[in-house]
Amino acid sequence: MSAEKILAVDDSASMRQMVAFTLRDAGFDVAEAADGQEALEMAQREPYRLVLCDVNMPRMDGISLVRELRQIPSYKFTPLLMLTTESGPEKKQEGKAAGATGWLVKPFNPEQLVATVQRVLG
Amino acid sequence: MASIDLKRFHRAFFEESFEGLDIMEAGLLRLDPAQPDAETLNGIFRAAHSIKGGAGTFGFSGITDYTHVLEALLDEMRAGRRALNASDIDLLLRATDALRQLLVAARDEQPVDAALTEAVHAELTGCLHGEKAGAAAAPVAAKADAAEGWRMVFAPHAGLFMSGNDPLRILRELATLGDAKIDAVDAALPAFDALDPEQCCLSWKIDLRGAVSRDAIVDLFAWVEDECDLTIEALAAASVPASSVTPVAALPAAAPSKAATRPGADATSIRVSTSKIDAMIDLVGELVITQAMLQQQASHIDPAVAEALLQGLAQLDRHTRLLQEAVMSTRMLPVDAVFSRFPRVVHDLAGRLGKQVRLQTIGESTELDKSVIEKIADPLTHLVRNSLDHGIESEDARRAAGKDPAGTLTLRAAHQGGHIVIEVADDGAGLDRRRILAKAAERGLSCDASMTDSEVWQLIFAPGFSTAAQVTDVSGRGVGMDVVKRNIESLGGRVEIGSQTGRGTCVTIRLPLTLAIVDGMSVAVGNDVFILPLPAIIESLQPSADQVKRVAGQGQVARVRDEYVPLVALHDWFSLPARPRPVHEAILVIVEAEGHKLALQVDALVGQQQVVIKSLETHYKRVPGVSGATILGDGRVALIADVGEIVRLATRAAAA
Repeated sequence: MSAEKILAVDDSASMRQMVAFTLRDAGFDVAEAADGQEALEMAQREPYRLVLCDVNMPRMDGISLVRELRQIPSYKFTPLLMLTTESGPEKKQEGKAAGATGWLVKPFNPEQLVATVQRVLG
Repeated sequence: MASIDLKRFHRAFFEESFEGLDIMEAGLLRLDPAQPDAETLNGIFRAAHSIKGGAGTFGFSGITDYTHVLEALLDEMRAGRRALNASDIDLLLRATDALRQLLVAARDEQPVDAALTEAVHAELTGCLHGEKAGAAAAPVAAKADAAEGWRMVFAPHAGLFMSGNDPLRILRELATLGDAKIDAVDAALPAFDALDPEQCCLSWKIDLRGAVSRDAIVDLFAWVEDECDLTIEALAAASVPASSVTPVAALPAAAPSKAATRPGADATSIRVSTSKIDAMIDLVGELVITQAMLQQQASHIDPAVAEALLQGLAQLDRHTRLLQEAVMSTRMLPVDAVFSRFPRVVHDLAGRLGKQVRLQTIGESTELDKSVIEKIADPLTHLVRNSLDHGIESEDARRAAGKDPAGTLTLRAAHQGGHIVIEVADDGAGLDRRRILAKAAERGLSCDASMTDSEVWQLIFAPGFSTAAQVTDVSGRGVGMDVVKRNIESLGGRVEIGSQTGRGTCVTIRLPLTLAIVDGMSVAVGNDVFILPLPAIIESLQPSADQVKRVAGQGQVARVRDEYVPLVALHDWFSLPARPRPVHEAILVIVEAEGHKLALQVDALVGQQQVVIKSLETHYKRVPGVSGATILGDGRVALIADVGEIVRLATRAAAA
């Protein structure tokens, strides 16, 4: 069985590396994108089972990415998780309104990340 | 349980954090407090935000706390809830500096200068709460209530699936918390032919028994709280001690694998150490030489016999050139690498001098060799300091002269036929001809009132011109314009200066694009070939016997266009066994360096070509008058004459 494909989107290379490394270590197949625009283009080319995205990014932010992804038929039900440091409720609301499945509050440790992803992917 | 060592991500974190700081600094300097540009502010915020997020994740809590205040302040500015003024920008710049110190300390695992960072932190906090006291919400006290268990009614809205959520996921998770009895309620389920499989029509009743806190349950529903109707009631009133809260779902152990991290997938650039690039350039240089040797050998072959071979060689020639160009271009960096430091320099200096200065940079994307960029930074800084200190007038003086009270300093870079031209221009008062002449006379430099303007401007490059008399806090740290000129000439460049009274001064630097290749004239001296760098050559001529004279105490001189130029035969200079030909059978190459001309006597001009410079020092040792060596097409080694040094040594000998 091939590993589940996850798309990790963050403009911070260290965060992206951490997320990707952790998830690969847990047996997932992870692709990386540095901003929403790049992620959207990658998502259009091939399907991912889960998208993890940062909120604040250049070119296209995470909320716009979620909104765009939800409009692609094959991403209608795909879990889209936001990685957010904003503890205030507005960003979460905004993300939810755009169609996000849920969020993960930064800072998180690798174990939390793996647990959340495994929970979502069942 | 095996945990993942976060240390392996630290290097990337620090690298991008320092890049983030540069973005913040550049953005802050660009920001106009009166009309802050939203995208710039956003960029600054994003950088701070990323540093905070990374610091939290990678365990630098001191940096997280510090950046949090900075980020909160930036967020208010970004959201337009706070007006900006110049002192805010100053504060933010200082905060950026302090953050840099924190990061450096964390990277080097050194203690932090707490006094400084704390002072800035306090200032930031003061600034943040000054207008918005009490904004920081007290953390919500964790609820300690618990019960025998909980009864829940979970009724998702029809559109729950549209956010990628799945009730099953939540139910499964609930079951891990305790003993769960789950009943589906299908009352709202329509008839099969009316069923829309994309709508959620079921709801659930759940009885969960066990020592589970209410918060743990609420957390599970957090993602869907607006997409469902949820009631949670205690099953029994008995309260449970608060200590037994929130069992965490068991995590599968993540076995550390040997898989290496893929470096950040920045498709547009990668970091490569310069030594690798230099090795590549070296190898390509060898390849070019080998190719040239083959070409020379092939010139003896009859084309009728070996047509295919010759065609192949021609193709090899073309590809070698292209490869060489491509490899050389990897050493090229945009001049922005050095320009980008000036906004801060100008900002700080202008503040200290009490002047208003706008910095304009043009052509930042112009590329030149990394080693040239490194060596140009100091001379440029000196010129910029000079312009601010001596060039641009005070606000009052500018107003009195009917000029814009804010001065403009322009840095401009452009390519000009194999060279890069960098200008440092200001719209200040211009050079003062009278004062320069007076000072030159005072310093005992040769000058007179009939000199042209450009000759007068050249005086400021004379050694000893800028002296203690004009040392200020800003410029004149014992480094004069003569050092600037010498540094640039040692790069094979030239400096020119233009000035108009009341209109400003413009210093133009002309530099070769790279230090690894030189356009050279090959000249024959006896049985040897030497390379003279083309930029140093003014002209070459075949003298008549009466053009060359011997002057007592000065050796030979050549009369070139009514000017006497000292003459040096390269045979003598390099102590070659071959005797120089009689002068009227030889060639004189007139070269110029540091304002002095010299006639070099050679036997013949061989040709003009680009040569790859090989360091003589690494392969042999330093030789006076030789800047390096190259390998010719026939495999022979040719020395590259260091014209600057020969001129310096020869004129000194003549003057002595």
